[in-house]
Parts: sequence; C-alpha cells; structure tokens
Amino acid sequence: MPDAAGTIEAEKSRDIRKRWLLSLPALLIILLAASGPLLIVLVYSFLTPGPYGDVQWLPSLEGWISVVMEKDIFDGTFSIADAHVSIFVRSVVLSLVTTILTLLAGFPTAYFIATRPERTRELWLFLITIPFWTNLLIRTFAILEIIRNEGLINGLLLKFDLISGPIQMLFTDGAILTGMVYVYLPLMVLPLYASMEKLDFRLVEAGYDLYATPFKVLRKIVIPLVKPGIIAGSILVFIPALGAYVTPSILGGGKNLMLGNLIELQFGQGRNWPLGSALSITLMLIVMVALLAYVRNAGSQGSRHG
Amino acid sequence: MARTFSIRRQRGFTTIAMICFFALYLPIAVLVFYSFNAGESLASFEGVSLRWFAKAFENQQVIDASLRSLQIAAVAAVIATIAATMAALATTRTEPYRGLTLKYAFINQPLMIPEIVTAVALLIFFARIKIWTGYSGLGYLIAAHTAFCIPFAYLPIRARLENMDLTLEKAAADLYATPWNAFRYVTLPLLWPGILAGFMLAFVISLDDVVITEFVKSAGQDTLPTYMLGQIRRTITPEMNAISTLFLLLSICVVTVFFVVNRKRV
Repeated sequence: MPDAAGTIEAEKSRDIRKRWLLSLPALLIILLAASGPLLIVLVYSFLTPGPYGDVQWLPSLEGWISVVMEKDIFDGTFSIADAHVSIFVRSVVLSLVTTILTLLAGFPTAYFIATRPERTRELWLFLITIPFWTNLLIRTFAILEIIRNEGLINGLLLKFDLISGPIQMLFTDGAILTGMVYVYLPLMVLPLYASMEKLDFRLVEAGYDLYATPFKVLRKIVIPLVKPGIIAGSILVFIPALGAYVTPSILGGGKNLMLGNLIELQFGQGRNWPLGSALSITLMLIVMVALLAYVRNAGSQGSRHG
Repeated sequence: MARTFSIRRQRGFTTIAMICFFALYLPIAVLVFYSFNAGESLASFEGVSLRWFAKAFENQQVIDASLRSLQIAAVAAVIATIAATMAALATTRTEPYRGLTLKYAFINQPLMIPEIVTAVALLIFFARIKIWTGYSGLGYLIAAHTAFCIPFAYLPIRARLENMDLTLEKAAADLYATPWNAFRYVTLPLLWPGILAGFMLAFVISLDDVVITEFVKSAGQDTLPTYMLGQIRRTITPEMNAISTLFLLLSICVVTVFFVVNRKRV
C-alpha cells in the first residue's frame, strides 16, 4: 500500500515525466537542426578535403594546422599563414572596436530613454525597437547606398565640386566598422536600457547631497549599478560582430575579409571543408570563452550583492 | 542661462542620444526616399515615380522569392510557436528538477552560437541527408528556420507564464475541470498575448534570415533576403530600394503589432 509520502513522490515523478514529454518537440527540433550538426563539424575538421568539396573519410590534422599555418607546396614545410592571422586579428579588433563604439554611443542613448517621463519613454523605446527588428541586410544596404562611389556622400560632394573624383569609402575596414556599429547599436541599447530602467534615482540624489559632481555620480553610482546591462550589451554585440558575414561581405568586398567570410570561402571556391570546419570550431571556442567570462562576471556580481 | 537642476541630467547625453536616433534613421530614410526616384542614380533625384515598385512587381524572381520567404516564415513560425509554448509550459512554474537547467541551455543554444557556424553545420548535415534520401525540397529550410525561431518564440511566452497565477488552474481543477479543459479554458486564454508575441517574433526572425538560408538552400530556393544579397553583390538599381521599402513596411507593421500586444499586460 503506498503511503501519503509515496503518493506525493509518484505524483512528482509523473509531473516531471509530463514536463519532459512537453518539452520534447522543441528539444528534438533544436537537436536535429541546430545543436546536433555542430558535432559533425567537429568530425569534419579532422578529415581530408575531397577534390570537389565535401570530404574524404581519411583522418587528417591538416585542416587544423591550416587554421594558422600554411604548407609550402614545394618543400612541404609549414610557416605561419599571414593571410589567416590578419583575418583573425581584423575580426577580433573590428568586433572589439564595434563593441566599444556602440557602448559609447548606446550608453547615453539608453540613459536618455530611461530618464524620459513614463509617457514618452515608450515612444523612444519603440524607435530603438524598429531598427532592432529591421532586416540586417536592408540596414547594411542602406549604409552601402550612402558610402559607395555613386552614393549619397560622394554624389553630394561631387555636385558641389568639393572633390574632383569620388572618395573610396566602400571596401575598407572603416566601411565594415561603420556598418557594424550601425547595425549592432540597437543590440547594445536594449539591454542597457533594461538595467537602467531599474536604476534607483534616490541613490543618485544621495550622491548629489554628498556634493558629488555629475561625472562622479555617473562613475561611482550609475555605471556600477548598470554593470550587468553593460556586460550583457557588450556580449550581445561582440558575438554576432565576431561571426559577422553579411555586413563585411557587402561593405568589405573581396579583400577585407572577416572570419565569417573566410569560413564561407572554404565551403565555396576554397573547397576545403575540413579547414572551414576547423575555422568554425575556432570561432565557436572564442565565443565560448567570451560567454564564460560573462557568466563568471555575472556570477561574482550576484554574490557580491547577495 | 539658468537651467533648473535635475538629478537625472548628464551633460551631453541628450545630444549623443539625438545623434544616435538621427544616425539610425537617416540611412533608412535615404533608402526609402530614393526608391521613389524617377532616375537611376543616387546622385540626383529626378522626380517622384513609382516605376521601380512597378518593376519589382513585374519581376518574377522577386515574386517567387517573396512568396517562398512568406511560406517558410509562416510554417516555421507556427511550428516553432507550438513547440516553444509546450516547452515554456514544461519549464516554468515548477520547483527546479533534474535537467531543467539543461533544457534552458538547450532551448537558448541557437542564440549562443554564431549564425555562420550553425549555417556551416547545417550545410554539411543536410548535404549528407540529401544524398541519402534524394529529397531536396523546402523541408530543410523550414527545419532550420524552426530551430532558430524556437528561442525567440519561447522568450515572451515564458515571460507571460511566469507572471501568471497558478491558483487559477488550481481553481479550475477544484471545479472538476479535466487538465485539458483547464488548459483550454483558463491557461490558454491568459497565455494568448504571449503566444501571439512569440509567433510574431519568430515570423520576423525567419523572414529576416540571410546567413543560414544562404548555406542551406538548394538551387532555385532563394528567399527574398538571399535574392537581395545576390543582387546587391552584382548591380544595384533603385529596384532594390523599392523592394527594401516594401520589406521595411512589413517589418514595421509586425513590430508595431508586437509592441501593442506586449504592452497590454494584464
């Protein structure tokens, strides 16, 4: 005979079983069409490239070695692949600078929205949300329209005879940077706003009562309190920027590649799927490190306040 | 000039914010403005005309790609929303149980991995399946879109559920409602705004996708964004502006509805 505790126990395990059943479709779809295939990428990175793309099932480390090294076709010795290293450096530097610039522009913007009266705040928030959900391709195209040789800036400058020929702005690192700051700015503003919205302005008032300057209030009170938002925004910008594909391929052209374009190249013209796979795993590892740093930081934040 | 002192004011912040809003909308405004250009060039505006819109509507490739985009987005968003609703019901309003954290991590996983990596993984995986099964229809794109839409649909549904009162369903059960009836007549009507918001997010996210679609699509399966990407890389005419303007309009409509639905919290 089951006693009362046993019945509750049984009830509980039935509930948990039901909960697993309910979440099964979502988990299966993600396993099949998102997470699972990542393991295949790992396997492919250790195989030999096939002659027309795809792979041959021969184990090889060459994909991984080619991530940073290149083999001399004559004597078979390895040397550092400058092209790849410069793409890695460009990707990391451009993503970091994008993160910093969006933070510098996004922080005051989020602060501005958070300090609006209740009624107008919604409107400002809405104005940030629209670009956030607008197609990234269209927003990149909008930047292209402005900076290309036949674009708005050059067109206006030529019209007023301020320059004799168009200034080459497209296909430069500056163009990629402009595009990335533009498309990722809303990603920075929204999490910043979310933490500023909860800011207790009585603390700011207390700061002023103790004769702090506005700058000191910002540095000693506001920034420490919204730090979770700063970190979340930075992560939200840095991760997609590092893996960016559309923006650099439209604004950077064929020469100023970023990691995303280098990966694509291996599955297209390069026909080196193992190298492409190894590069993908490398990109994922960098992202993981950034995420872990975030989790650890968020964790220590929590324990300090708790 | 004397200004009233406000503790909320920080010098220069309003100026920077205004510049940001201006910079966010200026390129979009230029894009829309030139879609009405009678001429071909961005350098000169030769009068208002709808010729590029007409041209876009006559372009069979654009029509096909748009319909394909809408079809994929609709199917993927419906499946993703149903799966996300079930998952949200399974992961909220409960004591922590074994595997709960794992479920969270799994459901949000598509948000953590760079899109290009998922795209490459799906390219490899689906290439194998295509060889094994011989099937090369829209199913692959729909599966891929459904997967990355689930976390977006899940977010508002879960948020809504967590703010809901458990006692309502308990009351229904006390009145001898079957679990299904309690769900159908109590939970679902209350959850509905969250589900609608989740569906719309998923729909927009699917509609906007470029990278994963670009890698997963077979020949002749261009969606509107991948078609546009191809065109932008070749030659640009104001037809692209016209298509972008229409696309923008659709996004703004969906976002507006989302905003209104999400705002009305009970």
